[in-house]
Amino acid sequence: MGNTAVDIDLNKEIVSSFSGQDFSGAIDSRELALMHFQKLGLPTNKSEEYRFTPIGKNLSKNFTWKTVSTESTIGSIEPFLMEGVEASVVVLVNGIYSSKLSHIKHDKNEITVMSLTDAFKTHEAIVAQYFGKNLPTESDSFVAMNSAFWQSGVFIHVKENTNVEKPVLILHVNDAQNAQVNSQTRLLAIVEKNSSLSVIEKFESVGDNYVFHNFCEEIAVKENARLEYCKVQNDAGKSIQVANTVIHQSATSKVDTFTLTLDGEMVRNNLTIVIDGENCESHFHGLYLLKGNTLADNHTVVDHKKPNSFSNELYKGIMDGNAKGVFNGKIFVRPHAQKTNAFQSNRNILLSDSATVNTKPQLEIWADDVKCSHGCTSGQLDEEALFYLRSRGIPADTAKAMLLYAFALDVLAPVKNESLKTYLDKLISDRLHKNF
Amino acid sequence: MAKDNQVLEEITSKEYEHGWTVNLEADEAPKGLNEDIVRFISAKKNEPEWLLEWRLKAFRHWQKMEEPKWPNVHYPAINYQDIIYYSAPKKKKELTDLNEVDPELIKTFEKLGISLTEQKRLTGVAVDAVIDSVSVATTFKDKLAELGIVFCSFSEAVKEHPELIKKYLGSVVPMNDNYFAALNSAVFSDGSFCYIPKGVRCPMELSTYFRINAANTGQFERTLIVADEGSYVSYLEGCTAPMRDENQLHAAVVELYAMKDAEIKYSTVQNWYPGDKEGKGGIYNFVTKRGLCFGDHSKISWTQVETGSAITWKYPSCVLKGDYSMGEFYSVAVTNNYQQADTGTKMIHIGKNTKSRIVSKGISAGKSQNSYRGQVHVMKRATNARNFSQCDSLLMGDQCGAHTFPYIDVENQTARIEHEATTSKIGEDQIFYCLQRGIDEEAAVALIVNGYAKEVLNQLPMEFAVEAQKLLALTLEGSVG
Amino acid sequence: MLQIKNLQASIEGKQILNGIDLQVNAGEVHAIMGPNGSGKSTLASVLAGREEYEVTGGEVEFLGKNLLELEPDQRAGEGIFLAFQYPVEIPGVSTVNFMKTAVNKIRAYRGQNALDAVAFLQLMKEKMKLVEIDQALLSRSLNEGFSGGEKKRNEIFQMAMLEPTLSILDETDSGLDIDALRIVANGVNKLRNKNNATIVVTHYQRLLDYIVPDFVHVLYKGRIVKSGGKELAKELEAKGYDWIKSQLADSVIS
Repeated sequence: MGNTAVDIDLNKEIVSSFSGQDFSGAIDSRELALMHFQKLGLPTNKSEEYRFTPIGKNLSKNFTWKTVSTESTIGSIEPFLMEGVEASVVVLVNGIYSSKLSHIKHDKNEITVMSLTDAFKTHEAIVAQYFGKNLPTESDSFVAMNSAFWQSGVFIHVKENTNVEKPVLILHVNDAQNAQVNSQTRLLAIVEKNSSLSVIEKFESVGDNYVFHNFCEEIAVKENARLEYCKVQNDAGKSIQVANTVIHQSATSKVDTFTLTLDGEMVRNNLTIVIDGENCESHFHGLYLLKGNTLADNHTVVDHKKPNSFSNELYKGIMDGNAKGVFNGKIFVRPHAQKTNAFQSNRNILLSDSATVNTKPQLEIWADDVKCSHGCTSGQLDEEALFYLRSRGIPADTAKAMLLYAFALDVLAPVKNESLKTYLDKLISDRLHKNF
Repeated sequence: MAKDNQVLEEITSKEYEHGWTVNLEADEAPKGLNEDIVRFISAKKNEPEWLLEWRLKAFRHWQKMEEPKWPNVHYPAINYQDIIYYSAPKKKKELTDLNEVDPELIKTFEKLGISLTEQKRLTGVAVDAVIDSVSVATTFKDKLAELGIVFCSFSEAVKEHPELIKKYLGSVVPMNDNYFAALNSAVFSDGSFCYIPKGVRCPMELSTYFRINAANTGQFERTLIVADEGSYVSYLEGCTAPMRDENQLHAAVVELYAMKDAEIKYSTVQNWYPGDKEGKGGIYNFVTKRGLCFGDHSKISWTQVETGSAITWKYPSCVLKGDYSMGEFYSVAVTNNYQQADTGTKMIHIGKNTKSRIVSKGISAGKSQNSYRGQVHVMKRATNARNFSQCDSLLMGDQCGAHTFPYIDVENQTARIEHEATTSKIGEDQIFYCLQRGIDEEAAVALIVNGYAKEVLNQLPMEFAVEAQKLLALTLEGSVG
Repeated sequence: MLQIKNLQASIEGKQILNGIDLQVNAGEVHAIMGPNGSGKSTLASVLAGREEYEVTGGEVEFLGKNLLELEPDQRAGEGIFLAFQYPVEIPGVSTVNFMKTAVNKIRAYRGQNALDAVAFLQLMKEKMKLVEIDQALLSRSLNEGFSGGEKKRNEIFQMAMLEPTLSILDETDSGLDIDALRIVANGVNKLRNKNNATIVVTHYQRLLDYIVPDFVHVLYKGRIVKSGGKELAKELEAKGYDWIKSQLADSVIS
């Protein structure tokens, strides 16, 4: 089976909607991206990279393509904030940067946080240097689509030698109370030499209509800089989310990422870490706790281009109900990236008869003096441990929850911000106690 | 112990040992492929009508199919019209006795180290030798016949046991399974057939030796092994080809069928000509091997040592249909110079309480690319399925590549799947330690590599293990230092 | 047997040996002592031919041959044995298999016939008894999962098997408890005869209670700064290496 008629119709609809729109900025790159999209089309079930995640099919079935953003009646972001986490908040409503709802607490002399469309005018040089440079526009349909159609976005720039302590929370709110929402947003962040930044992203939607959120992010972490990145996907609406994140690391930089997926109809995260300098360190962790009909697909790539770096990946998943967990982890060690240490682990637990997991940990090594390993498992809870707990008087349900919580918890290690950690811990334990 | 030493002593010859051609007057089909060629092959072999129809059907499927592009190998497009699809060593009359076999052919086998003579009987190996796709003679037939075991060439089986062939041909690998299987189904020239009756434990290792001899010929052999209830058989397959500048195509199909409580052990030592140091020539080895554990408690075990071929595309798989059935895959794949290997397995868990085990050891040297590709698929009703996979890669030098593509698809919550993979190199400290004990570098590498591959080599029958160790050492010669 | 003249060596551009002079004759046991970082293990490694070390000057003659020109395996063939401070693990290769290869490679180097399986097993049995090592240990993968003591005992077993002319024991006592130390030392002593020689490299004197040296040399900053009889080791033990250091300092001042 190739493209169905419906897919093709949607592809055409998408392409033809391009003309006649009033895009601000980057018009050349948009046209080029549209050309790529035209060539690629939406992924079908034959596309190896989207084999288990039929986003194209889902969109064709449930979604009408519109790029004009719908009005929102949301007046307060209070219910969407993270309790106890002190941060500057940047809000995008239905894909559009909202200066009204955003609240930047940071010192402007250290860090710039603003709308990306504005940055195209005020920070022209730096935007030109980084925008669109590392994303796979030619090979990924959604990156091509986003690069053609992005409506709005966030620009973050941290000056050299600056330690930005408080995180920047990027809040994506989609209001689908009255109509479907199509959000195409971007993030461009640069952490200059010897600086540090912490970014948190959160996705929320309200209403019963479909939300399609296609998000592209580029983050450059320069020499000796640090990045902490945390993504929380806990959107219980009818949301189809695709995120393409590329983090580019220069020498001696350090990156910690954590991706938590709890809800959404179909969630696809493409996280790519390019290690383009020596002596870098990256830890990228993920946890997907799925139930109902949620499909969560994490595709990660760590690309070791230079020698002497270390990467460590740990993704864990627990699937209940009809949930589907998909994991694909690629480790590339390029020729001459000697003395690379790269580790990857993916562990899964299935809790129901109709939950599934598809995992593909992949190693591609072109250098000999390296230490690389990957492992993945799929199983149930350890019966022996369960019995041990029960024999000590703990009821089955509690024992199960305890073991699941223990299974999940070590994934939180890269999160350094204590209040954020507390918040995430609560989300995880609530989920595991309530439903299992 | 003794065999290790033998290995080391014999790492002296540098070039491809089996690279010579023997002058056998070939009985060839004209180049190219069309329905007439398919008919020609079928007619040559005096096949019944139904088999010709089956071949033609496969050919028509093949015409509509596309050559797979997903393997991690690169080669110039194959011109399927430039290949000779049938080449049989000319025979003067029916062969009933070993003494009637062309003495030149016997010499060929002796050079290869397989003798069809009495001495082999002492080692207890029954050999069905296939040269350029035609089975020449089978030893031990009488002895096996006493037990009701059928072991003969495929063409003979078509004549003598048409009911078995009709029933099982294509039952594990359907004629349209994939591009190369369809091609094979259309043009296969010969191969081996083996049937082990109920409750019989085959008393000796059965063996087939394949060899591509004539220039421009593709070899399309077909092996079918059926193990009836409660039976056991261990089957060995060895492959060599003479040195030639141009690439030769080899697209074989192997089908294993295990009924209730039956066990089939299939071992391969593949040493097709890999091409020279510049990557010129060599065999394209595109093989479909699959075993069906049809009955409960059946077991199929694949062991392979892959040292040859310019390109290897091969995934010996197990379909675990019977409850409590078990599949195993043990593999050592070595690539050097410009060789490319994309090999692995599929374990399809369908029945309850099925188990599978995968041990893959890849070794890349020179400018070669070595990929493991494997799938473990636990279907919905496969309660309590278990799999353990271990995929290790060893790199020698900084110009080669090692790739691992494991697919793990689980649809049943009771499954327990574990996959581990590591990549490493031979440590300089290990080499120095050996040197200090007086072992030279070449021998040290052979020793360490054999140690690395031991878990797989241990699975091979003794005679094969010795050959396999020699091959590992030979393949890696000159790749260190 | 061994004649070292003004030997200098460096690793990764860092000079470690600054001119060593040492003469070892058949039947002798020499102890090389010295504080950490003085170059003891470097000397052992250079003699065995470890490639990371670059010889920057001097000469080493062994049984009339220029040792520095030989590859490590040729040196082993000539009769040099290094008992490693950290014996290497080689998965999947049993000690038995390893030794069979080594013994026959060295025999081939010397123009002798290879031992057949029976002769080899006999030799092995005899040597196993000598160093009190268990057959089970030898059937396992080389040094893999061995305790510190087992590894060192395995080194001495290999030394017994290869019957070297010159044995260099590099910190063989490190990580050994007193019983293991005694067994290892006993093995070494049993292998001593008037035709071979031993160099014992050690930080502590305690090994020398079991393997009694004829000469003791103190290595400091890449030079032999003091030589003497076995009593020098006792003196060092009593006074510590600071004693040497201060003596040296004094000599510089005066």
